Amino acid sequence: MPTAGTALEAKNLRKVYHRGAEQIVAVDDVSLTVQKGEFVSFIGPSGSGKTTLINILGCLDNATSGSLTLGNEILFAADKRMSESELTRIRRRVFGYIFQKFYLVPTLTVGENVVLPFAFYQKSADPTDPAEILRFLGLDKRIDHRPAELSGGEMQRVAIARALINKPEILLADEPTGNLDSKRSEEIGEVLRSLNKREGLTILLVTHNPRLAAIAERTITLIDGRIAG
Amino acid sequence: MKSKISIYEIAYKNLLRKKTRTLLTILGIGLSAWVLTSLFGFNQGYESALNKDIDNMGFQVLLTAKGCPYEAATLMLKGGTGLRYMNEAVFADILKNKEVEKITPMLMQAVFDPNKGESGGLNAYLGIDPATYPAMKPFLKFTQGAWFTKPQSHEAVLGYEAAELEQREVGDKILIPEKNIEYTVSGILTRSGTQDDGTIFVPIRTLQKDFKQEEKVTAVGIKVWKDADITGLENKLYELPDVQVVSMSQVKSTIMSLVSTAKVMVFSIALIAILIAMLGVVNTILMSVFERFQEIGIIKSMGAMPQDVFRMIWTETIILCTLGGAVGIGFSFALARVTDLLIRRLLPYTPTGSLVIVNGKLALATLGIVIVIGLLAGIYPAWRASRVRPLEAIRSEGE
Repeated sequence: MPTAGTALEAKNLRKVYHRGAEQIVAVDDVSLTVQKGEFVSFIGPSGSGKTTLINILGCLDNATSGSLTLGNEILFAADKRMSESELTRIRRRVFGYIFQKFYLVPTLTVGENVVLPFAFYQKSADPTDPAEILRFLGLDKRIDHRPAELSGGEMQRVAIARALINKPEILLADEPTGNLDSKRSEEIGEVLRSLNKREGLTILLVTHNPRLAAIAERTITLIDGRIAG
Repeated sequence: MKSKISIYEIAYKNLLRKKTRTLLTILGIGLSAWVLTSLFGFNQGYESALNKDIDNMGFQVLLTAKGCPYEAATLMLKGGTGLRYMNEAVFADILKNKEVEKITPMLMQAVFDPNKGESGGLNAYLGIDPATYPAMKPFLKFTQGAWFTKPQSHEAVLGYEAAELEQREVGDKILIPEKNIEYTVSGILTRSGTQDDGTIFVPIRTLQKDFKQEEKVTAVGIKVWKDADITGLENKLYELPDVQVVSMSQVKSTIMSLVSTAKVMVFSIALIAILIAMLGVVNTILMSVFERFQEIGIIKSMGAMPQDVFRMIWTETIILCTLGGAVGIGFSFALARVTDLLIRRLLPYTPTGSLVIVNGKLALATLGIVIVIGLLAGIYPAWRASRVRPLEAIRSEGE
């Protein structure tokens, strides 16, 4: 049973893809619980199902079977599947996402990229001050710059700022340092750790990088779609 | 720094990514809008110019003796022969009709002038009634002189081209060699763009006497009361013996039916131009959607609903079409004269006024049409974009 402190709880999650006649089990009977304010990293070789699992946990995809509960709300179970619109409503209320590619809009400035989610949805009546987030991420001097004028690390920090603008309950980071050198990777790792420790943000991190995974409180290793440890 | 950004601002800035492509698309729409505005302007302008030309004749119905050529050009083609006459007694029969406001008698004569050109040529003399004809044609202006000093004087008023050809000025003489008659030029008209330009006007009584055609006329111009039933009058005039009725409304409808063929052709071209522009818009926006496939997916992961994405892409289309429409309308205002000249080359007969009339109302109508076309063209790309699933975008980068 999820407790008051549970951020999300997954039970017996299974995701099966069909490629022609072939059946691919990307996630196989995964059960886990993440507490509010917890920092969990998922590690494993390519094709182990890390991204598929985080997509399901982050409501970007439905599981083939199993259940997912967010707080006390059952998002999907054996008899319940969500439409794309329902998934969107939950996503914008609960999650912030960071991906390996930064997906910044090249024609917008740093400041405009950060407030981009507000064009579609503003969660609270007391919105986050974008200048404050940018200051926290060390980008306050880059507000009027275009993405093309930034380094990879700076671009990822802008993407983090954008993910945080709507005050998410859970931050999902899928290979956030995949395009960065080791120094920039460490910087991003430090930002994530700081967000978790100082702001109490729940973070789910997918990475190939054991050093980055080690900054999390808990590391889950996936092999062939199953939790190996 | 900005604390918000709108979907419309994002849409506008998206168009700045590929400036050349955006510019070319706007230009394509602009050219179509130009063709469309010019066509509508032509539709409006041609009819109004034709009406003006017919109004400039001063009368709406022309009565001639059966078989008599009623245009100077036809008379020239016939070598000045074939003139038929009506007796002045016909005036009373015409004036009996309540639709008739006033009439003006005319006597046309063609005279061979051996000094005209290299091997001589015909001069068209038109005998007119100084009491009624100038009043029916108040728009005729003089570069020199004025109408005749007396109703039966031996004076002539020359059309603009006739004066140039004869190289005459006010006070000069014009001689009809075969009759040994001289007329003194009392006035020279400004160019009107009608057959009046090549005509030599003489008082009708003088011409009747000089050509021994007393009490004879070749045509009677009939001005009808405003809102009178012209067709009804024409039917009554047909009952008069040995006359033919030339209705200017018939002339107009004959010309308009000739022009309508050209119009159909030009409208077809415009339709094709619009379809091409529409496909251009679909292509531009669709390419832009495909290029931003991942980005649109990420926007949806941020919380954008399908209708938000649809609105964003649709706005891009509307911006393109509005700008294109404005450019096209600008072209049509700036190049109305060039379009006029082009159309004059294409058509066998064109009236004298402006053939293409572009005004604010027409510009707004065209802009409206172009925007509606843009809205339609934007539906498919916007729908495709709204259906992008964030997961597809993320998967497309691989695990």
